[in-house]
Amino acid sequence: MKDTSISTDIRDTAGVIGNDNDGRLTLALVGNVNVGKSTIFNQLTGLVQETGNWGGKTVELKEGTLSHHGLQIDVVDLPGIYSFATYSVEEQATQEYILTQKPDVIINVVDATSLERNLFFTLQLREMGLPVVLGINYNDIARKKNIRVDTNLLQEILGVPVVDTIAIKGIGVHELVDAALEFLDEPVNNTSRLKYGIEVENRIDKLLELLNNGLSEMPSRWQAIQLLEGKNPALSADDKEMSAIVMTAEKLAGELVSMHGEDISTIIAAERYALAASITEKVISRKEAARKLSDIMDNIMLHPIFGYFIFFLTLAAILIVVSLFGEWVTGVIEGFFESIKPEIAGTAMDIFWNGGVIGFYAALIVAIGFILPFFLILSWLSESGYLPRIAFLMDRPCHTIGLHGMSSIPLIMGLGCNVPACMACRVMQNKRDRLIATFLTTMVPCAARTSIVLGLVGAFIGWQWAVGILFFQFLLIYVIGLILNKMMPSTSPGIIMEIPEYRWPSLKNVWRQAWFRFKEFLIIGVPLIVIGSVIIETMNVYNWLDYLTDILSPLTVSWLGLPAFTGVLLIFGILRKEANLALLFSFAGGAAITTIMTPLQMVVFTIVILIYIPCISTIAVLLKETGLKSTTLMVLAEIGLAILIGGIAYRLLGLFL
Amino acid sequence: MHNSTEEYLEAIYNLTRDGKAASTSEISKRLNISAASVTEMFKKLAGEDYISYSPYHGVTLTNKGSALGKKMARKHRLLERFLFDNLKIGKDKVHNEACAMEHTLSDEAERALCLSLKYPDRCPDDEKMIPPCDLDFATCQECREWNKGNFEELQKRKKEVIPLLELKASREATIAFIRGGKGMLQRLCDMGLTPGTKIRVSRIAPLKGPVEINIRGSKLALGNRVAGNIFVEAPDKIEQEERKG
Repeated sequence: MKDTSISTDIRDTAGVIGNDNDGRLTLALVGNVNVGKSTIFNQLTGLVQETGNWGGKTVELKEGTLSHHGLQIDVVDLPGIYSFATYSVEEQATQEYILTQKPDVIINVVDATSLERNLFFTLQLREMGLPVVLGINYNDIARKKNIRVDTNLLQEILGVPVVDTIAIKGIGVHELVDAALEFLDEPVNNTSRLKYGIEVENRIDKLLELLNNGLSEMPSRWQAIQLLEGKNPALSADDKEMSAIVMTAEKLAGELVSMHGEDISTIIAAERYALAASITEKVISRKEAARKLSDIMDNIMLHPIFGYFIFFLTLAAILIVVSLFGEWVTGVIEGFFESIKPEIAGTAMDIFWNGGVIGFYAALIVAIGFILPFFLILSWLSESGYLPRIAFLMDRPCHTIGLHGMSSIPLIMGLGCNVPACMACRVMQNKRDRLIATFLTTMVPCAARTSIVLGLVGAFIGWQWAVGILFFQFLLIYVIGLILNKMMPSTSPGIIMEIPEYRWPSLKNVWRQAWFRFKEFLIIGVPLIVIGSVIIETMNVYNWLDYLTDILSPLTVSWLGLPAFTGVLLIFGILRKEANLALLFSFAGGAAITTIMTPLQMVVFTIVILIYIPCISTIAVLLKETGLKSTTLMVLAEIGLAILIGGIAYRLLGLFL
Repeated sequence: MHNSTEEYLEAIYNLTRDGKAASTSEISKRLNISAASVTEMFKKLAGEDYISYSPYHGVTLTNKGSALGKKMARKHRLLERFLFDNLKIGKDKVHNEACAMEHTLSDEAERALCLSLKYPDRCPDDEKMIPPCDLDFATCQECREWNKGNFEELQKRKKEVIPLLELKASREATIAFIRGGKGMLQRLCDMGLTPGTKIRVSRIAPLKGPVEINIRGSKLALGNRVAGNIFVEAPDKIEQEERKG
């Protein structure tokens, strides 16, 4: 591929050392949070992933392959970033990727509706002399707000290719790749029109001159500006020439400080913003906008009374919809399999039907009836822009446990699945906040666990009990938050978060996002449950189960008052939480679960399942995010709590059930 | 009695934070001084143009009185912070200690204390906000880096500043001063909140909740404490009256 050598040249001029993978091109998508990077990524690669609409939803870099006019291109979607002076762990990841992996072209996606702030980051990319192609997204929303961006002029000023896109409709997305390829053929990298105030600019020039004379390495505006700001990562202490330059930089910075009467970092940020503002002024034509729908909606959604009312109504509606839908799906699937049920005769037939078939349809009920609707609703909410509003509303309540609003987002996401929710905790800047939020997130009943509450307690005892148990769980999370806050007092100053426009989610995107997570339940969860169910039924038929259940019986039978067989469920539940309900169905062998468990046992069992241990996938994420020590502590704490609370519930609730 | 002038002004400053006038009985209770003596002192302070006093309506501070009252409140709370954080003196004792020390703390020592405590924003006992200093700096980093000349050469702020939290909703103002460490300042600047920028508060959630602002054409949410450390140029006097009324 002829492009490789050219692209390496560009990198060298940029003062960044070229890499080298097997000659395949890499395009990296970068930009502020909520600019539609993930949507563009989906459109390009067809590989489905999260495309949320709140501060830092894209938690891990996603890679995909694009085949463009017969060319195989790697596309990487990086977490949202506002500045190279990084703040959160996520932003660090993006910065590190750009600096160390050196993608061939950086596609900087910007939001047409808030161009000024978006260009602030673009200017940093330009200072670094990186190969950039700009994609202006949300042109549809901008039009509605009477904002028009003059793409040609912007291209001229920035000195890089600029492409208009409406990512959600796939418009301009492939043109972005064309522009990136053209760029590699014929690099456009003209920074001549990107100048800051004359005082700052003169000093940058002086430093550039020194850097040119003193070092063989290619200098860049970025290095000069970093030096001015008193930051220089590439400096070795014994380098005399370099330390002379650093001293000059300090002197120059001192002059600026006394001239502007501000500290140097603030001066540089203000210069960048001044330039971003003047560019925005030039390229945008804006007619007087009518009062925006988004503002009117916020008057209700963020209202100190109605706002919370709507929030709780939303949560209640989610539970009601899911439980009604789950009940209906259960009826349909069970009815179908009951109608084709053959005469059970002989051991093999018993294992096949009571183990395999019942395991299979029970798994389907949990997956389709409970997990899928949860994922659909949550992905719709996150696409709509409602989640940052929840963070705003919950900011005050979160302060009582020393966290801030941002942490309510992983907690809400945890209702779907704890795995991505734990990863979402990375948007928090403070380590202590991240740790507490992650711990609390693992306690949030995920769709799989809620399916047990709704499908077992809700279906066989009554919805009041189901709601009661969920309420208790949330109360427990809050109390644990209070305790953790006492142990590790808060030091964090609070949120600084963008509030995006509301967007009507594209159903295609919502479906793709939900399907991405759901697929995993189908591919891994269902077979695992069928296998587990067959194994258990086999052991049951040959009376081997007793050995296993005997070991656990002091705990399950004596302390928790549960039937002995639940010991097996608790062990399988570590692998997949949804296995608990599914395997219960197969234990009952087609009969109603009420024949094998009393209502009290159902409640105690459900409480224990909700608390006892994060599933194996969550534990894996915890290890990665918080380390071995914290993970071990969290798991042990949860096991201890489950045993303690389960035992108390058995003794206390026995008075009512 | 210079000390008592300072004590009175500090007390009136604290009691008039809500925009209402302070009454003789409130001051008398707070300073544990008889109502008669308080009335006497009010007349004296009014004579020196520190307060405007009308019998039965209570007192409010003049600009001159407000500047001194605010300064005393600031010194008092900085000292409390120092006594609590560095000298580990109990929360219940710091108030009285600080009361005794505040009158002898020079302005230069006040600045040095603030820098060494890393620009604290709340006092330890009742979590009240420490008022900003009256020096003409846009950020604490700038103050930290200022190292030429004598303290006496430092300029005073030309316009009064108020925390963003006290700005009336949907009114625009210019960011004049940001209090806080390097990390917080950098983040605020990166998000567009550079000193000199116009900012509009569109919503303040009740019970010390977060604040929604409009800046550079986009909407941001700031935690209550963050917003409390961003100061804007106070609106003109007429608007202030409006705000109080």
